[in-house]
Amino acid sequence: MQLISRTVRTMVFLLGVCLVSAAGALAQDGLKPLVDGLGATAFPQKVEAVKQLAATGDPKVPEILDKLSAGALFAPKTGGAVYLVEGGVVSDPVTGAPVEGVAAGSLQKIRLNNMLRGAIGDAMSQLTLLSPDRNARLSAAQALLASGDTENLALLDGALAKEADAEVKAAMESARAVLILKTDASAQDKKAAIENVAARGDRGALNILTAALATAPPELVPVIQGRIDGIASSLAVWDVVQNVWYGLSLGSVLLLAAIGLAITFGVMGVINMAHGEMVMLGAYTTYVVQQTVASLAPGLSTFSLAFAVPIAFLFTGLVGVAIERGIIRFLYGRPLETLLATWGLSLILQQTIRSIFGPTNRQVDNPSWMSGTFDLGGLAITWNRMWIIAFSLAVFLALLTLLKRSRLGLQMRAVTQNRRMASSMGIRTPMVDAMTFGLGSGIAGIAGVALSQIDNVSPNLGQNYIIDSFMVVVFGGVGNLWGTFVGAMTLGIANKFLEPYAGAVLGKILILVLIILFIQRRPRGLFALKGRSIE
Amino acid sequence: MSFKSHTLSAFLAGALATTAFSAVNAADDTIKVGVLHSLSGTMAISETTLKDAMLMLIDEQNKKGGVLGKKLEAVVVDPASDWPLFAEKARELISVDKVAAVFGCWTSSSRKSVLPVFEELNSILFYPVQYEGEESSRNIFYTGAAPNQQAIPAVDYLMANEGVERFVLEGTDYVYPRTTNKILEAYLLSKGVAKEDIIVNYTPFGFSDWQTEVAKIKEFGSAGKKTAVVSTINGDANVPFYKELGNQGIKATDIPVVAFSVGEEELAGLDTKPLVGHLAAWNYFQSVDAPANAEFIKEWHAYTKNDKRVTNDPMEAAYIGFNAWVKAVEAAGTTDTDAVLDTIIGTSVPNLSGGYATVMPNHHITKPVLIGEIQGDGQFEIVQQTPQVVGDEWSDYLPDSKDLISDWRKPMSCGNFNVATGKCGGKGS
Repeated sequence: MQLISRTVRTMVFLLGVCLVSAAGALAQDGLKPLVDGLGATAFPQKVEAVKQLAATGDPKVPEILDKLSAGALFAPKTGGAVYLVEGGVVSDPVTGAPVEGVAAGSLQKIRLNNMLRGAIGDAMSQLTLLSPDRNARLSAAQALLASGDTENLALLDGALAKEADAEVKAAMESARAVLILKTDASAQDKKAAIENVAARGDRGALNILTAALATAPPELVPVIQGRIDGIASSLAVWDVVQNVWYGLSLGSVLLLAAIGLAITFGVMGVINMAHGEMVMLGAYTTYVVQQTVASLAPGLSTFSLAFAVPIAFLFTGLVGVAIERGIIRFLYGRPLETLLATWGLSLILQQTIRSIFGPTNRQVDNPSWMSGTFDLGGLAITWNRMWIIAFSLAVFLALLTLLKRSRLGLQMRAVTQNRRMASSMGIRTPMVDAMTFGLGSGIAGIAGVALSQIDNVSPNLGQNYIIDSFMVVVFGGVGNLWGTFVGAMTLGIANKFLEPYAGAVLGKILILVLIILFIQRRPRGLFALKGRSIE
Repeated sequence: MSFKSHTLSAFLAGALATTAFSAVNAADDTIKVGVLHSLSGTMAISETTLKDAMLMLIDEQNKKGGVLGKKLEAVVVDPASDWPLFAEKARELISVDKVAAVFGCWTSSSRKSVLPVFEELNSILFYPVQYEGEESSRNIFYTGAAPNQQAIPAVDYLMANEGVERFVLEGTDYVYPRTTNKILEAYLLSKGVAKEDIIVNYTPFGFSDWQTEVAKIKEFGSAGKKTAVVSTINGDANVPFYKELGNQGIKATDIPVVAFSVGEEELAGLDTKPLVGHLAAWNYFQSVDAPANAEFIKEWHAYTKNDKRVTNDPMEAAYIGFNAWVKAVEAAGTTDTDAVLDTIIGTSVPNLSGGYATVMPNHHITKPVLIGEIQGDGQFEIVQQTPQVVGDEWSDYLPDSKDLISDWRKPMSCGNFNVATGKCGGKGS
């Protein structure tokens, strides 16, 4: 009896093992045709395949979808069986086993479009909403919020019941609130959802509430409208702050571009039309440095900008000294000829760069610490703009210190204020002239490093800034660094406040008109330098 | 102020360049063709490539034995991105160098500048760039896209495939974006898009501080409806625009941008990873999967000795224009303008996307419209391809031009025939 029961138990156990492994095999077998559906030629079919894959809930699916997003899944051009191709090795996307007899060359990467990318994102968030990894759950909840697909509501409810982490739970609740507003849930539920969404207080919330307004039951309309008004008025305040920030950011770019000119034009009085080309040379130096670092020491490429700053300064500074010694020193006191000579020089420099690097833009990469945004209250601040503001302030302060505290600075100021007196005190004025011009050009080169991060690195780069630079220096007051600083920031902020109302084109014209009127009233700009040499 | 500086710089550079290039001596046993593209100044960034492409095509044709038993000889001049200089250089090419046809121009301003010269001296210009339409000249062939071959199919795609209901029409402030946006606005309104769901916005040439504009787009996109940007932003301003989009975190899945002036060449100066999924509408992409295209790319890489050089849509338009001219000249047996103008209408030549382009009586050609999504490697993934579309020179969506047609065949021979009044010339009702 015992024997029999043991035998039966063993048999049942064995049967169970067979069943489990058969189920496993079945799951894998069931997955493969669905994965092959991704190899379809039409996008709607691929989207359908992704949805079906997600519906299986198989733990292998996220990995497969990851490979699809990464472009590692291939299929024959005419559609059909899907293969994983990595490093030229063809394997089965489900089992990972190598596949013989299929050449990678005969296959084509499975194409994605926005619709398919969205479907993959949705599928991934559905599949990872119950993942043991907290961060995966968090991003899944955020993705569900963004997609706003009401089909996920039940899934979300299930996940919410199990969730323990407060932050993830909050994210899930926000997502749930968004979905609730799209369904015909009870007014009570919707009201709670409205409060939840409104509490976020950002543009996304405004977006969701505005959409909800159209389908809301009549009794909720005043509630939603009230929340919308509340968010809109707080956003209006942030808009002003935002404009100030944009203005400072534009101002810092103007400051960077103009500050070298404040030395060559402001301090030395040389109308230097090639100033923009010094900026351009700085940007190309950044490009060359970045290429060199990437080929010699790839590990350091995130810091290539740090190498580029001193190199650009030295290179453009030397070019500046050469220009001063070679051309400008023969033309002191003849402003018109200086203007024409430096103008011609700027064309020569542009065409030289065009011949060496070609007429098309060069790609200067943004290091990761200069990409993306972060939120500060209702402000979305982009890292690159933040760093450029900090950088331009640093350059400004360094220059100020150099002029006020160093021996060279003292000599420069002496020569500008009274050349003959300085000369008779034993200062080698030609030497100081060359150094001053070199300093101004070097600063322009540094500006080029910063501008390579936000603008085109093309031979025309400098031309876009030369007029603005002169405007800043003249507006701020020739010969005064603080004037340049205040001038740049004022113009930047004024520009950014005019832009939303007048548009970018009219805004620029208005600024120009305002400056002309201002110069009529105060010909020497904001901060006029007082001294003998002015006359 | 800055415009003036451009003009002056362009003029000086042009004066330098002219002396270098026009010293090409003529031999009688060659047929001369003019290449009129800016090699210096602001437009050099786009036009230099087309000059290279033309030289390559002429080179290839000579290897095949030339045309009518004669070798082709390229006369390259540099109008230096200066519109009045384009007219002078065109006159020089036709009257002094006696070229049989001219391939050139990029901006509409340059085309408008040379148009009277070509009509007066009765020569032929092949214009290879997408443009705003509203023009048809007896002496110009428009091998780039008219608005119905690029802009309208693109917004159709957005509405049908991405469910877009709200549009930001963002452009650089000059004639092409202004006219295209006018046509698009009329088209969208006719498709039932509400007036408050469209904003039109212009920025100056070379605009680089996009923070406010992008914030505005973000704000406009947060009204509860799917929003897209239709961009006619030109040239250099695109790079900072896309950088700002990427930095402010606007993804293609949130607010897609479809551009009409951004191709492979423009993307070459840009890290495209944050831009994956944004769209462009053209009639050709380098990624087109066709044997003719593969061969063209191979020749291009060999000719430029650089296998990283990209190909783009205006190059394909130049390719079609050049081959159509060669075929028409061979059919006519002469390079005489009037004879070529007769034979070229109806001429079909292969395009690079595996089909044929036919020169229509309105001097525009048939083209398929391709919608592509930007990929991480700076190329486009083609997500839609329409059948051949005939270029519509006078837009049906503008009240001024909806009654106009153009037919340069005899006996009509008219570029602006008004079907309402039955007369040649004048604007519509």
